[in-house]
Amino acid sequence: MAYSEKVIEHFKHPKNVGTLDKSKKNVGTGLVGAPECGDVMRLQIEVDETSGTIKDAKFKTFGCGSAIASSSLATEWLKGKSVDEALKIDNMDIVEELALPPVKIHCSVLAEDAIKGAIADYKAKNV
Amino acid sequence: MSNNKKIYLDNNSTTPCDPRVVDTMIPYFYEMPGNAASRSHPFGWQAEEAVDYAREQIANLIEVDSKEVIFTSGATEADNLAIKGVFEMYAKKGNHIITLTTEHKAVLDSCKKVERMGGEVTYVEVERDGLVDLKKLEAAITDKTILISVMWANNETGVIQPMKEIGDLCAKHGVLFMSDATQAVGKIPVNPKEVGVHLMAFTSHKMYGPKGVGALFVNRKNPRVKVTSQIDGGGHERGMRSGTLNVPGIVGFGKAAEIAKKEMKQDGERLSKLRDKLEAAMKAKLEEVYVNGNVDSRMPHVTNISFKHVEGEGLMMTFNQNIAVSSGSACTSASLEPSYVLIALGLGDDLAHSSIRFSLGRFTTDEEIDDTIELISNGVNHMRDLSPIWEMYKEGVDIDAIEWSEH
Repeated sequence: MAYSEKVIEHFKHPKNVGTLDKSKKNVGTGLVGAPECGDVMRLQIEVDETSGTIKDAKFKTFGCGSAIASSSLATEWLKGKSVDEALKIDNMDIVEELALPPVKIHCSVLAEDAIKGAIADYKAKNV
Repeated sequence: MSNNKKIYLDNNSTTPCDPRVVDTMIPYFYEMPGNAASRSHPFGWQAEEAVDYAREQIANLIEVDSKEVIFTSGATEADNLAIKGVFEMYAKKGNHIITLTTEHKAVLDSCKKVERMGGEVTYVEVERDGLVDLKKLEAAITDKTILISVMWANNETGVIQPMKEIGDLCAKHGVLFMSDATQAVGKIPVNPKEVGVHLMAFTSHKMYGPKGVGALFVNRKNPRVKVTSQIDGGGHERGMRSGTLNVPGIVGFGKAAEIAKKEMKQDGERLSKLRDKLEAAMKAKLEEVYVNGNVDSRMPHVTNISFKHVEGEGLMMTFNQNIAVSSGSACTSASLEPSYVLIALGLGDDLAHSSIRFSLGRFTTDEEIDDTIELISNGVNHMRDLSPIWEMYKEGVDIDAIEWSEH
């Protein structure tokens, strides 16, 4: 199976790889997937407390090229968005942007779940 | 290394043709185009002669009588013919077949078909090293058992089964013994008569011959084995497999067998050294590297390695512009299930997803293995830098204790 150029670019030069300090109150962490399924994504957001926008996003992903590209793209999209805007990111937007084939759609679903997970974690810390 | 270098380490999928094989085939496309079944003119006689000669070359490789070699389109067809053919031919004797969970799909799917045809099949599980436990195999035999089918060497791990011991078991219980020897023939000494194998499937394109031609060995004496044909029309191959013979393919298959007979020892010795070097380097350069399958009973040119906390398909993407290998990862297959062979060895799904099969071949060079060592270790390090599980592992988190959200 051939990958799209965008997937290959994100895979070779992934954006925002890394780890944020999960003990900070303004950091939300989403960890989704399972090693048994061949995909684990950890996506983190750091929210600017005065403006309410996401000022940083980082990821680490265990998975195939499409999973890595999906999470890399997600972190790019998250930066600069408000938390509520971020919740609107739909997995099909990722599918379209990366031209993922049907067998790889689950990678985009995982990325959406990771975004939602990170936001839920952030909100739980900041009730 | 240069970016356009291509290293082929997927010889268990298929081998490149040896140029000496191709040279032998070419006249049979042009000057000698005859049909081996044409009895009335020299074109036909030449073709028949060429087929007879190739049959001798192949019989010679596995030390059987040339009358015992039935040509097919490949090992898949030979597996089908053996399993379904025995099931139909020996219906009066019984309806039970025994095989292993780690067999090739050509055997497993033929067995599934037998079940739909009213037969019974027992799929015996293998041990953690990939070898069958003879006691478990024997325990599966009933008075209805007609056939035991065990592959000589596994395609994913290279593990070689105890063929002689299984042959003795079959003889003791009066059961026919069939083997899919696709990965073994031409690479290691394979002598079905010596170990008591009565039917054996193998193919040309795993031993540097052309694709599209294979064979089934069918024992003719003590016992005389018969199979019901699965392809009818013309009664070729002593009625067991009709269809015009693929003369150029068979000629190439014969030449490949002749070369293998002469060169397998030196090829095997050279490749096992290279394979061992690759394995040793991976273990020395990287942490958490596991070799899958029994390392004392396996093919000389194969290694199956799991790189823990790295997903196989992602890893392959780091080097697949340069190196061709296979992965047991789900993502490489349409089914999204990881390798059933590795799962059958008791590997967790995570290690199965992390596996890469390297299969070396006659044309693999020392330099290619050096390049492979460098590219694979860089790739694993790149993927581990990206892996959240690797980070947790390094922080001392117990990965198994985490409640993962299955999806």
